[in-house]
Amino acid sequence: MATRITVDPVTRIEGHLRIDVEVEDGKVNNAWSSGQMWRGIEKILVGRDPRDAWVFTQRICGVCTTVHALTSVRAVENALNLEVPLNAQFVRNLIVAAQAVHDHIVHFYHLSALDWVDVVSALDADPVATSKLAESLSSWGGNGPHEMKAVKDKLAAFVASGQLGPFANGYWGHPAMKLPPEVNLLAVAHYLQALEVQRYANKIVTILGGKTPHIQNLAVGGVSNSINLDSQSTLNMERLLAIKGWIDKLSDFVHNVYLVDVPAVGAFYLDWAGYGQGVTDYLSVPDMPIDTKGTKFALPGGYIKGGDLTTFKPITSYQDGYFREGVKESSKHSWYEGDAALHPWDGETEPQYTDFQDEGQYSWIKSPTFYGKPAQVGPLANVLCMAAAGHESTAKHLKTAMGTLNAVSGKEIPLAALHSTIGRHAARAVRTAVMLDNMNEQWNMLVENIGKGDTDTFNQPVFPKGEIKGFGFHEAPRGVLSHWVVINDGKIKNYQCVVPSTWNAGPRNESDEMGPYEASLMGNPVADPEQPLEVLRTVHSFDPCIACAIHLVDTEQQEIIKVKAL
Amino acid sequence: MSVVVIGLGNVLLSDEGLGVRAVELLEQRYILPESVEVIDGGTSAMDLLNPLSNNDHVIIADSVKTGAAPCTLVRLADEQVPKFFQTKISPHQIGLSDLLALLTVQGQAPKKITIIGMVPESFATHIGLTEGVSAKMDEMVELLVDELRSLGIAVKPRQDGAQGFWAEAEQ
Repeated sequence: MATRITVDPVTRIEGHLRIDVEVEDGKVNNAWSSGQMWRGIEKILVGRDPRDAWVFTQRICGVCTTVHALTSVRAVENALNLEVPLNAQFVRNLIVAAQAVHDHIVHFYHLSALDWVDVVSALDADPVATSKLAESLSSWGGNGPHEMKAVKDKLAAFVASGQLGPFANGYWGHPAMKLPPEVNLLAVAHYLQALEVQRYANKIVTILGGKTPHIQNLAVGGVSNSINLDSQSTLNMERLLAIKGWIDKLSDFVHNVYLVDVPAVGAFYLDWAGYGQGVTDYLSVPDMPIDTKGTKFALPGGYIKGGDLTTFKPITSYQDGYFREGVKESSKHSWYEGDAALHPWDGETEPQYTDFQDEGQYSWIKSPTFYGKPAQVGPLANVLCMAAAGHESTAKHLKTAMGTLNAVSGKEIPLAALHSTIGRHAARAVRTAVMLDNMNEQWNMLVENIGKGDTDTFNQPVFPKGEIKGFGFHEAPRGVLSHWVVINDGKIKNYQCVVPSTWNAGPRNESDEMGPYEASLMGNPVADPEQPLEVLRTVHSFDPCIACAIHLVDTEQQEIIKVKAL
Repeated sequence: MSVVVIGLGNVLLSDEGLGVRAVELLEQRYILPESVEVIDGGTSAMDLLNPLSNNDHVIIADSVKTGAAPCTLVRLADEQVPKFFQTKISPHQIGLSDLLALLTVQGQAPKKITIIGMVPESFATHIGLTEGVSAKMDEMVELLVDELRSLGIAVKPRQDGAQGFWAEAEQ
């Protein structure tokens, strides 16, 4: 008998992601991904000063504030053909890299690890054996037997008090949970340590950005930080050294904990290297510009066809025509007027709501395509493209992660295993390690450049009469983000954001091809429709981040999962 | 005593942003001592863990859904503030209750917590509040002031406060 499962966390207010799957004989045989809230936030920008656009786009999303701010100034600078001083590039790069590190650590430990880790089972673990296992894998200082015992005691106290807090809603004891108690305890210990470590990344953003959660230091043409190594009130040596200290602490955790935990846990879930593949055309953009024009980047990006790394085609500059001409958005299956796939500069957001129609329109998200085809974006796309481009630090960390996977599982796992649910987690860990290497490079380049006597941080923008167009892109934590702007007489005429989760969460496109979330769910096992943990595993592996909006206190608990026999 | 007043919500979605607008008005109309930190939290989630941790008292201004009629002012304190962690498919679903649950695990939860909220009327994509909510904003700001004064904090009215960015940006 077939069953339809709807996972819709906020069924009583508008917003967020809804996933529907049909399950037959324990496997998913159809899937729909639907954004349940109309945005049209771009409309707010029409008529405004392009220099202010970033302040507004920063509010689109509560998780990705900084990335929307940065991409907005890049789009306007692109329209003006405006160069950005080197110091400003390095400061911006450090901010977005810190933001990415923060985002990835939190996503793995606090938002998705509990899909794989059975917290309650950790209570059966032997702390000494846990510590021994951990110390055989890594030199991290937080893996000692006393630490493990303390974590276990803390957890036991929580369970005894009946106040499970963040652990209250897990699928404990689910048949798909496979980790031994010691690995579960280790993961819980690192969950708690990660809560402390994430602060360092946040501090870097605060010091450079002026404030969090909404940074204040950006400007079209650069940044507003003033640099004077000896002044108390500016970006000085003391602050730069503090940043360096936090980069080192984050590196220690990511290299010795995160990049070890993912393959170690993955080794117990090798079957998940066979699920969740979905769309294997991958798109990423180059980032971390190291010149003023945006023609040289520390991290490469491009396009890979059919999962074959030899097909890699690089995207090379902020003027790149291959990227600019390739992006379109289809709304055939979305609740908007018109069926034709449009380029973002010509994009429209006129709503046309119907009910949820399986064969027709069923989402507020449009379906972006690259030369007419859906593309998967995100850390996996990014890491594959960087590996294909021969990026050194990527190759190094990928090798380390695969080495740990092989050592713990006792098998030789091929690189092709990355095209999977568990592979997306592995790629995210690798990317985080690459980001930290890159932060060290950016920090060195910034200090060196200031040392040469260059303290420039801003070039004044001047808007011409008439119409100009620009686009800006950024390889954000969830993948390719692009903003597209049309400016007339110095005022915004059209503005479109093509966000990473749109690429991944989009519905079927104009040729009825499934989007990446949908395609990746096909064939997923579901042991118990009432507890569709396996569906959440695959969707979580993308780090979904949509609707970007609602934040309200709800005193009424809500139903999350609905199951219906068909 | 360390006190944080934090405004939450999305200013691009009409009344959803009323919490941010309330703290903006608070700063425009009153001089607060340095021991009180005022934060525009927007729709942030995990980024708020740091500012919320290890405080004596956290006062939150936010839109609140209680089942009451739109424009109703609400005060929730301590045990009335939900602390739970729900099944998530997106980090956006990390709300205040989840943050408080995480802070509790770390032993860094605020000693006291109060929410001063209002039931929103509209979430339309628009910068600006609905008429009904607008009419109640003065009262909401005064509730925030009462809350601070009840903690023994000196709050002085000011005449020279500049209009906030989001009030300025209203369409």
